[in-house]
Amino acid sequence: MIKAILIFNNHGKPRLSKFYQRYSEDTQQQIIRETFHLVSKRDENVCNFLEGGLLIGGSDNKLIYRHYATLYFVFCVDSSESELGILDLIQVFVETLDKCFENVCELDLIFHVDKVHNILAEMVMGGMVLETNMNEIVTQIDAQNKLEKSEGWVLFGVFCLSSLYTQAGLAGAPARAVSAVKNMNLPEIPRNINIGDISIKVPNLPSFK
Amino acid sequence: MALKMVKGSIDRMFDKNLQDLVRGIRNHKEDEAKYISQCIDEIKQELKQDNIAVKANAVCKLTYLQMLGYDISWAAFNIIEVMSASKFTFKRIGYLAASQCFHEGTDVIMLTTNQIRKDLSSPNQYDTGVALTGLSCFVTPDLARDLANDIMTLMSHTKPYIRKKAVLIMYKVFLKYPESLRPAFPRLKEKLEDPDPGVQSAAVNVICELARRNPKNYLSLAPLFFKLMTSSTNNWVLIKIIKLFGALTPLEPRLGKKLIEPLTNLIHSTSAMSLLYECVNTVIAVLISLSSGMPNHSASIQLCVQKLRILIEDSDQNLKYLGLLAMSKILKTHPKSVQSHKDLILQCLDDKDESIRLRALDLLYGMVSKKNLMEIVKKLMIHVDKAEGTTYRDELLTKIIDICSQSNYQYITNFEWYISILVELTRLEGTRHGHLIAAQMLDVAIRVKAIRKFAVSQMAMLLDNAHLIASNTQRNGICEVLYAAAWICGEFSEHLEEANQTLEAMLRPKVTTLPGHIQAVYVQNMVKLYASILQQKEQAGEKEAAQEITQLMIERLPQFVQSADLEVQERASCILQLIKYIQKLQIKEVPVAEEVIALFAGELNPVAPKAQKKVPVPEGLDLDAWINEPPSDSESEDEKPKTIFHDEEQRHSRHRQPEIDEEELARRREARKQEQANNPFYIKSSPSPQKRYQDTPGVEHIPVVQIDLSVPLKVPGMPMSDQYVKLEEERRHKQKLEKDKKKKKQKKEKRGKHHRHNSLQTESEEDIAPAHRVDIITEEMPENALPSDEDDKDPNDPYKALDIDLDKPLADSEKLPVQRHRNVEALKSPDSEAPLVEKKSKKPKKKEKKHKDKEREKDKGKKKEKEKKVVEEEEEKKGEDLDFWLSTAPPPASSTQPQGEPETSAAVVAEPQEVKKEEREEQEEEEDDEGKKSSKHKKKKHKKEKEEKSKDKKKSKKKSHQNKEETAESVQNGTLEDEPLPPMSSYRLLAENPYIKMTYDIQGNLQHDSQVTVSVIFENKSSSFLKSMELNVLDSLNTKMLRPEGSSVHDGIPVPFQLPPGISNEAQFVFTLQSIVMAQKLKGTLSFIVKNDEGSTHDKLDFKLHFSCASYLITTPCYSDAFAKLLESGDLHMSSIKVDGISISFQHLLAKICFHHHFSVVERVDSCASMYSRSIQGHHVCLLVKKGENSISIDGKCNDSTLLSNLLDEMKETLSKC
Repeated sequence: MIKAILIFNNHGKPRLSKFYQRYSEDTQQQIIRETFHLVSKRDENVCNFLEGGLLIGGSDNKLIYRHYATLYFVFCVDSSESELGILDLIQVFVETLDKCFENVCELDLIFHVDKVHNILAEMVMGGMVLETNMNEIVTQIDAQNKLEKSEGWVLFGVFCLSSLYTQAGLAGAPARAVSAVKNMNLPEIPRNINIGDISIKVPNLPSFK
Repeated sequence: MALKMVKGSIDRMFDKNLQDLVRGIRNHKEDEAKYISQCIDEIKQELKQDNIAVKANAVCKLTYLQMLGYDISWAAFNIIEVMSASKFTFKRIGYLAASQCFHEGTDVIMLTTNQIRKDLSSPNQYDTGVALTGLSCFVTPDLARDLANDIMTLMSHTKPYIRKKAVLIMYKVFLKYPESLRPAFPRLKEKLEDPDPGVQSAAVNVICELARRNPKNYLSLAPLFFKLMTSSTNNWVLIKIIKLFGALTPLEPRLGKKLIEPLTNLIHSTSAMSLLYECVNTVIAVLISLSSGMPNHSASIQLCVQKLRILIEDSDQNLKYLGLLAMSKILKTHPKSVQSHKDLILQCLDDKDESIRLRALDLLYGMVSKKNLMEIVKKLMIHVDKAEGTTYRDELLTKIIDICSQSNYQYITNFEWYISILVELTRLEGTRHGHLIAAQMLDVAIRVKAIRKFAVSQMAMLLDNAHLIASNTQRNGICEVLYAAAWICGEFSEHLEEANQTLEAMLRPKVTTLPGHIQAVYVQNMVKLYASILQQKEQAGEKEAAQEITQLMIERLPQFVQSADLEVQERASCILQLIKYIQKLQIKEVPVAEEVIALFAGELNPVAPKAQKKVPVPEGLDLDAWINEPPSDSESEDEKPKTIFHDEEQRHSRHRQPEIDEEELARRREARKQEQANNPFYIKSSPSPQKRYQDTPGVEHIPVVQIDLSVPLKVPGMPMSDQYVKLEEERRHKQKLEKDKKKKKQKKEKRGKHHRHNSLQTESEEDIAPAHRVDIITEEMPENALPSDEDDKDPNDPYKALDIDLDKPLADSEKLPVQRHRNVEALKSPDSEAPLVEKKSKKPKKKEKKHKDKEREKDKGKKKEKEKKVVEEEEEKKGEDLDFWLSTAPPPASSTQPQGEPETSAAVVAEPQEVKKEEREEQEEEEDDEGKKSSKHKKKKHKKEKEEKSKDKKKSKKKSHQNKEETAESVQNGTLEDEPLPPMSSYRLLAENPYIKMTYDIQGNLQHDSQVTVSVIFENKSSSFLKSMELNVLDSLNTKMLRPEGSSVHDGIPVPFQLPPGISNEAQFVFTLQSIVMAQKLKGTLSFIVKNDEGSTHDKLDFKLHFSCASYLITTPCYSDAFAKLLESGDLHMSSIKVDGISISFQHLLAKICFHHHFSVVERVDSCASMYSRSIQGHHVCLLVKKGENSISIDGKCNDSTLLSNLLDEMKETLSKC
């Protein structure tokens, strides 16, 4: 079982929190802070597993995380999950985000946390892995977006995208520079080499070796 | 109206949406809280509006705020409003918010039940999906109970997208509403074989979670999972299954034996590290469950260790970490195989990654031996010095102690070394494990008698240097060791050489800064020390010295009497009085030492930690019974506060004694000394008449003491344990030399006399004799201690409720609650039971009028139950089958073998090598027996008898014949009554000559829609040896034998075994087919060499391989509702047959169809049954079998009419034989 999925940035600001167990809002914040504290002090080239998530569950649990550019993706799981499998799942998650947002960066997550939730809901349900095939996930997300569009409520999404980056502290920057920022943030996502040969569902993830 | 709408949308333009909110928060970094509270006010306004879009927008923003830590439960009702919006866009927002903030304590959650039910049955799959996703996060026991049935229906939804979600959420439902587990389980199990891989994976996921908590209930599923494991290609599923097996094997070692081979194959073949790792893990679990001493498994261990070494050596830190993790599991049972990788693990200790270092430390625990313990600990001590950060250093400390103390200090040969290590560890700053070191010191000193002298000298040194340690007075800090030091010095004071000095050290004023419990021990042990000094002095006749020491005590003890700690205070004042009394006696020149020492007579033995728990309750003792009548509550309440108050007062009064400062003390002491000197009554001591210790060393020279040079004194700054390492090495070397000498001598003596004694003795661990004769005192246990060692399980385990026996038949009361106040028609679920029943009752009406509606009505109610019953029964039998499945190597397992193996290898797959010959033989006999009902081989007779016996044991004699067949399951489908079925075998005769007999069976291959596996049993009937068998088949256009790559179509395939006389064995051949709608026949030849005493001859046997249409079918269970849907769908062709002259019972007839034609019974009502099967290419075949007077009529429906008519023809043939 996955106990919680957290995304926060290099400063510990939460970008997404999904708890599959009930915690009060205060405890949730505390968990996020502690997790950030644990994860952020680790070097880049150490292993991605962390034992003793004291707050969630107990000794059976592990924190499995990946660090992409400015964001930490942390999964808190118990012993029924395969460590390497979850690492791959994080990769699938990020790649899916990358596909759905077209070159995802932190700003996408900041302004569209609801969409990120929707994508996540297609992968993990109630703490259990629902789907690991990226194409399948993207298909379902697209179909749901289409459904929304047919209902006529997408306007605000499109509307704000154009204004998003100017407001995000990049005011006045020419459009080209903005797109450069966007690409700069996460270009290395799909090229995380280490797990190449661990990949699950190889045929569906062409970017895996 | 229109105006209002326009106004609404204009309002909306000015509302903040989520993006505006986020942007706003980012722009108000300074006063974020204020800004957010402002926004929340706005949101509250928006929620009051009627426009659902506005509300949804507000809820969307709230969800964001929830992530930032704001409680949004006040908006729960609005969230429900948004959830019930008709538009998917809003609904999704509502469900998301609900999933983030609803929980069991949310009171409005009960309002959602109907809304969720409506969404679950929505025609739009995404409405259903979003409801399921949301529900998975906030399902409560009530919701679970009310919706369980709806969700169960969704498990058979047409869309895999819904099916997989419904399957997954069932786990949450089970957790909240455990009663649903048994009714839902059959369907869940069925989903394990769902055609959609996503659904299959979800089902595996759920069952794995369930089984992990209560593995024993799921043992009966092992064969099914085994099949999945050998056939699945989805790594996620494989990992889950393999992990599950890891949990099951400890319960059933036979399962482990079965698993080893496929797992090893996977380890060899897979390229996915995650899968490899889990396989290794499970193999380890298997090896642990199989008790050691199985020589043939050493290869598996070696394989695991070797693979893990590769992981550990990998540059990827993750793999390194996992490798070490798995290695530590092997360590527990097979320490030897891990020990050879010591180098690698020590290397990991230097890794920059702390997680890896910790894992390596874990491993070291099991790698120590008598030989290398000192070396390893030395290395760790270096790490302790280097380590940054207290956590890691503390971890090192605990590990050092763990390593040394494991299994009763098994590996310690030199306890002096160990004590000095412990003393060195006390120099660690800021550790939180002072108590751990203290406990070790106490334990060693108490239990290893020989070391006491040394321990006492070291502890005295610690007490002397207490100021170094005492600086850190935090709880559990290093000062805890003083507790141990004081106790050891006191208790074993007879070993103390400079007792006076130690006593002085313990009486230092600085001691009063130590924590209370340590001071208390100080005070108590001072007296012990004092007593032993007193005795020494008296024996030596130094009365003056004795009185001096008494005086010292009287002077110093008051500082403890003033202690704030009650315990210290009490002990100190008690002892002070005692010593004052002694002083009086001393002045009267009464020898008191003997009496004082009697206070501490007797030895304290260690008590086992569980001793208290194990004291049996004496018979007739009821601890809960009142001894006196219980006093009324009010009384006790009145009294309590009084006593507390009283107590406190007393303490305070004591506190107010005037404090004596250092100067004053010194002055008094001086004065007393003067007084003593001038005292005319102060008489010098004379030797005691009852001198017991004749050779008490250095009594005259106290405090100058002889230094034992073999025990190096501690030089500050230099770790002295090293010296012991050197000493120990020298000692061992010497020992070895001596031994060698002895050996040589022995050899010389023995030479010429006995040669067998010459075998070289390798130096094993046992050869290293410990430096001291260590008699480790075992811990005391109470008499009559109960042997049980089990600790109680946690009663609050939430998964305990799911510990449900799944094999028991389902009772009526266990049915899932169904919503009854609604009309059946209102339930628009495509899978609901209602349409099925209607359909079912309509169909036969059209065709055969003789079935009356009345009967149907009656059946309606029963149907569902019956269906469940059938499955349950099947379930039950499976449980019994498990034994059989595990005890032999059955064809199902082997028939799936080729799928598990890469196709590139030869198409012929031999039976697993490890399968024991005998088992095989027995099995063949059985088949033989069934096929011909006679045995030709007399010599096997007694074996058969044995077999019979074992069958009797299982009490399912009739079953065991068929159980090994996969199809047995379907046979049981038909057996509603307990009538015995005649034995059946699906193996048909292929060809026979005087040498050899071939029988064969064809099984469809679920994974490949164009392959079937032909299992051929070769039986050597002659007394000659058969070898070089080669099977060749003339391929047709449609049907081809799968040959190894590179061989031509004319090449035969060698049979991968030889047959000694009278033996039979099975080989499998895979054939590919294009069309399966028609039966096929292939001509073939088996060529072989017959070898006997006269020589060898070449021979061959022609045969015709008959692929019936039934052999393309795979027994697939089907639920009646899915069955009904299938019939409804309308794209099936229909055909029917009628066979007259049927004499056997309907049940037998169904069993025959199930067995020979691979069908399963969907439903059976009286003399009418529906049956289902699926072809390897996915054709659905539905049958309605009706029994008349003497005839039987079968209506069939199938996607392909040709296939159907061929199938029916085959069936006619089978039935006409009846």
